[in-house]
Amino acid sequence: MRKIAAVFALLTVVSAARLGGLAGQTAPRPPANDPIRVGFVGPLSGAYAQNGRDIQNGMLLYFEQIGFQAAGRKIEVIAEDDEAIPATSLTKARKLIERDQVDVMAGALLSSTGYALAPYIEASQIPMIYPVVSADDLTQRLRGQWIIRTGWTGSQPNHAFGEYAFHTLKLKKVATIALDYAFGWESVGGFQRTFEAEGGQISQKIWCPVSVHDFAPYLAQISRDVDAVYALFLGRSALQFMRQYEEFGLKKRILLIGAGPTTDEHVLPAMGDEALGVITALHYSAALDTPANRAFVAAYRQKYNKIPSYYAESMYTGAKWLVAAIEAVGGRVEDRAAFLQALRTVKLTDLPRGPVELDDYGNPIENVYVRKVERVNGALQNTVIATFPRVSQFWKYDPAAYLRQPLYSRQYVPPAP
Amino acid sequence: MEETSSTLSRRKLAILIVAFAGLVAAPPFFNLALPGLASYSVGLLTEMLIFGLLAMSLDILLGYTGMPSFGHAGFFGVAAYAVAVLSTRHHAGFWLTVAMGLAVGTLLSAAFGLLVSHVRDVYFLMITLALGMVLWGVSYRWIPMTGGDNGISGLPRLESHLGIPWSGPLPFYYLTLIVFLACCALLALLVNSPFGLTLKGIRESESRMKSLGVNTWLHRYLSYVISGAFASIAGILWAYYNRYVSPTYLDLTASSELFLMVTLGGPGTLVGPAIGAGAIVLLKNVISAYTERWLLILGAVYILTILWAPQGLWNLGGRHRSKS
Repeated sequence: MRKIAAVFALLTVVSAARLGGLAGQTAPRPPANDPIRVGFVGPLSGAYAQNGRDIQNGMLLYFEQIGFQAAGRKIEVIAEDDEAIPATSLTKARKLIERDQVDVMAGALLSSTGYALAPYIEASQIPMIYPVVSADDLTQRLRGQWIIRTGWTGSQPNHAFGEYAFHTLKLKKVATIALDYAFGWESVGGFQRTFEAEGGQISQKIWCPVSVHDFAPYLAQISRDVDAVYALFLGRSALQFMRQYEEFGLKKRILLIGAGPTTDEHVLPAMGDEALGVITALHYSAALDTPANRAFVAAYRQKYNKIPSYYAESMYTGAKWLVAAIEAVGGRVEDRAAFLQALRTVKLTDLPRGPVELDDYGNPIENVYVRKVERVNGALQNTVIATFPRVSQFWKYDPAAYLRQPLYSRQYVPPAP
Repeated sequence: MEETSSTLSRRKLAILIVAFAGLVAAPPFFNLALPGLASYSVGLLTEMLIFGLLAMSLDILLGYTGMPSFGHAGFFGVAAYAVAVLSTRHHAGFWLTVAMGLAVGTLLSAAFGLLVSHVRDVYFLMITLALGMVLWGVSYRWIPMTGGDNGISGLPRLESHLGIPWSGPLPFYYLTLIVFLACCALLALLVNSPFGLTLKGIRESESRMKSLGVNTWLHRYLSYVISGAFASIAGILWAYYNRYVSPTYLDLTASSELFLMVTLGGPGTLVGPAIGAGAIVLLKNVISAYTERWLLILGAVYILTILWAPQGLWNLGGRHRSKS
């Protein structure tokens, strides 16, 4: 026992002596001919695994197409599973940045994960690409410097869609039904703001818990005198909603419109005729008829044997963005300030979704497509029926005035004109 | 029969001392041996300590008093939320924030204790489960206060909030270690005190303890509150560690994982749950770096433990088979 005590005392002294000197010590950087390390974090298991895998697939497809090489350096991807739990995401990000010493991070799916990672990313000064996380405030009221969003904000396509619904679809009165969390509020809020500003009216807002299994109690609440129902659902809830909307006899009577993810290609192949005619808006559609998108869809189909969802496109674009920035700095990603600058000033025109550049707040300015579900050659697709070019997250509003407004919430009421 | 720490075998005492020395000396060792990995490894150790403390707090209930709580992550989460709300929105000072975190968690357990202390076994499990779900629901839906699903981010660093001149993973680790060891000492004192022995008596036979004139309700109530208080301490550390809080801290998954930590390590031993927590944190993070099928391995570990170490890892190869 005394021996153990002596060893222990010695260790304590040694560790105490070293404590002061170690606090500020940083590990040496690898030389520049090392591979560029990309840390990927996303849900690869659990309820959101499919979305996470789509994101990862899109990234790997692009890196494969360029042979995992950019500006003469190899690209190495280290992927970690965060189970869509914010605290796990943080732990995995720490592992990637502190242990694996990645040069750049990418990934994340949910808004909660996005908010959890943001302060850590800012503090560790490693750039991170958010291909999907659409929480408005990440590039608005709570924006940082090191996060580069190549995706969208939840309200962005819906601003355009509100105007389209009023002027082109000639809708006057709309009920909304959506998942009850920030993504739902921001999508519905964006739609409500422009739709009501043009003269329309949102007569009802119905919120369903994220764990909703049966839509009967919610569908029964929908007033029959509305011109259309606006819906936002994802994954299993989207499938279930579409089926029940038809079973309730609503499909025959009331037009169904919604946010893009409701009919996104991650659920569309599993839907049937109940989805036909649904009109939604998003910054991407797999049916977009451009050379860049046709090539992407063909390559994705060949590799993964399915149609790409917007999640898959998101990180295909994200990877391309990353490589464009790596090439702009000649592969010297170790100069993080220059690399960050390059990431923020990339402009790409040949993306599957069309041209994209970032605004001063770090959010993409990109096309918004209004899509209608149609059956073509036996398969459902989101046929593009209208395009709003170069839509910003602030729509047509002045950014400064926009940011003085509160974030879209569950109780959002549009400002008086 | 579990051993109390006063009758710990020499072997186990030696293990404990080595573990203690290891915890103190590990970070500098990491720095010497694996310079690139140091800060990440220290972070993992910090996580292990925080969850170790949380698992030990549940052990008071589950292992010593025999009350299987399925909503224990609730107190952990509520304390974390108190820290987050006070430090970000109200810019409260460090000591006020910590005191309020502890007070909110403890008062809540004192209130919930009134509702649950009169029931046992599966009824206790179900009520605590329901209360845990209520807390989760509040964190998810009371958006002006909690930020809902998005959580609250941007908490200050513990080091700067406390006003110490060092910052980084190492000072945080040693602060956590000090809190952890202090809590260990308090919990060890508690379970070996007459009060702690009465808790064990209640676990073994409540009717006998009643006939001895013990107010068993009060003892169960107090053990619930004490356990909630220690869980709050872990919650405060976790909030500062992540500088972020979200409803996932107190959801059912968190509570059940905590339950697994205690069961894996060996309930009613204090040391066991801490080991269980450490093992799970380590497995989750180390295995997942090597394989995508890490959940499979974690599941296998649980099954193997149930088959070959039903009393938990800490009781592995112990002397209590003779009980049969």
